Amino acid sequence: MLTPPVSSTRDHVLGPPSAPIVMVEYGDFECPFCAEAEPVLKTLRRSLQNILLFAFRHFPLAEAHPHALHAAEAAEAAGAQGKFWQMHDYLFAHQVALEDSDLVEGAAAIGCDVDRFIREMAEARYAARVREDFRSGIRSGVNGTPSLFINGLRYDGPRDLESLLAAIEQVAA
Amino acid sequence: MKDEQTVANGASALEPGTPAPDFKLRSTPDQFVSLSDFRGQPVILAFYPADWSPVCGDQLALYNELLSEFERFNAALIGISVDGAWCHVAYAKERKLHFPLLADFEPKGDTARSYGAYRREDGVCQRALFVVDPEGTIRWSYVSPIGINPGADGILAALEALPSSKQEGTYAHTAS
Repeated sequence: MLTPPVSSTRDHVLGPPSAPIVMVEYGDFECPFCAEAEPVLKTLRRSLQNILLFAFRHFPLAEAHPHALHAAEAAEAAGAQGKFWQMHDYLFAHQVALEDSDLVEGAAAIGCDVDRFIREMAEARYAARVREDFRSGIRSGVNGTPSLFINGLRYDGPRDLESLLAAIEQVAA
Repeated sequence: MKDEQTVANGASALEPGTPAPDFKLRSTPDQFVSLSDFRGQPVILAFYPADWSPVCGDQLALYNELLSEFERFNAALIGISVDGAWCHVAYAKERKLHFPLLADFEPKGDTARSYGAYRREDGVCQRALFVVDPEGTIRWSYVSPIGINPGADGILAALEALPSSKQEGTYAHTAS
């Protein structure tokens, strides 16, 4: 069970706040399966834009993915400048190059104040926030990445568009 | 939880309140680990079917990420399968696992059987979790369907429920 529930003020969300369907992804920007799922989730968000609220929470598998933690912090640092989703998209699109210098390049590419970005990354300003997401994931029963929750329940099925739509339809029914 | 457990394993896994059977198993070709080595701290026993199989990999990789969370409860994590010690060594090295994998190898599955966590039809351990308290009593057990990664929420809830558990400080001191 998703803990805590999605909050439009705390979480990074796309879609109408009162949407009947709430999907949460616990993801890792260095995880190949997350990158693979992203185009499907994007299509899903577009086709259900009136009824789906989508939230992304961090679940960096730092032992397996050495760049995942900084990438998550980079998304938060961009988020602090109102550009979380731009950075989210950039990171998944540039998954093979996630060194710290690449993260700065990304921040510049999406139009962040780069000096502020570098300063906040250096002081690990958003590490606690990323950790908070990670811990909420553990408590929610995340068992790998990406983990998807539909209206609070972990979805263990296949991550193709048809299966996801069918699962959502079932929840909505 | 109980119901799922019963469905998954025919109600054979040792229940909370049962003394955890001691064991002495190889962790490497020349080292042994006993449950009693850990008396005084909580122990998480993760029985799993096999090194290298995809779901186990995900499950153990997940726990590998959570060692610092378990350490907050001073809890030790031990993985157990019927694979041999050399296999465990290669697997732990390849996956960079930082906790012991024990070989329930000879007599095969003996320890798993003593916990009611052996799948005789497949000759492997169940995907079974036990939380043992510092005095050596099982406080929580759960058997997952063999193909489903059970996550770690149950383990953490069980550790939190231990009367002796004291969460040590905040997260700040643990690097990750």
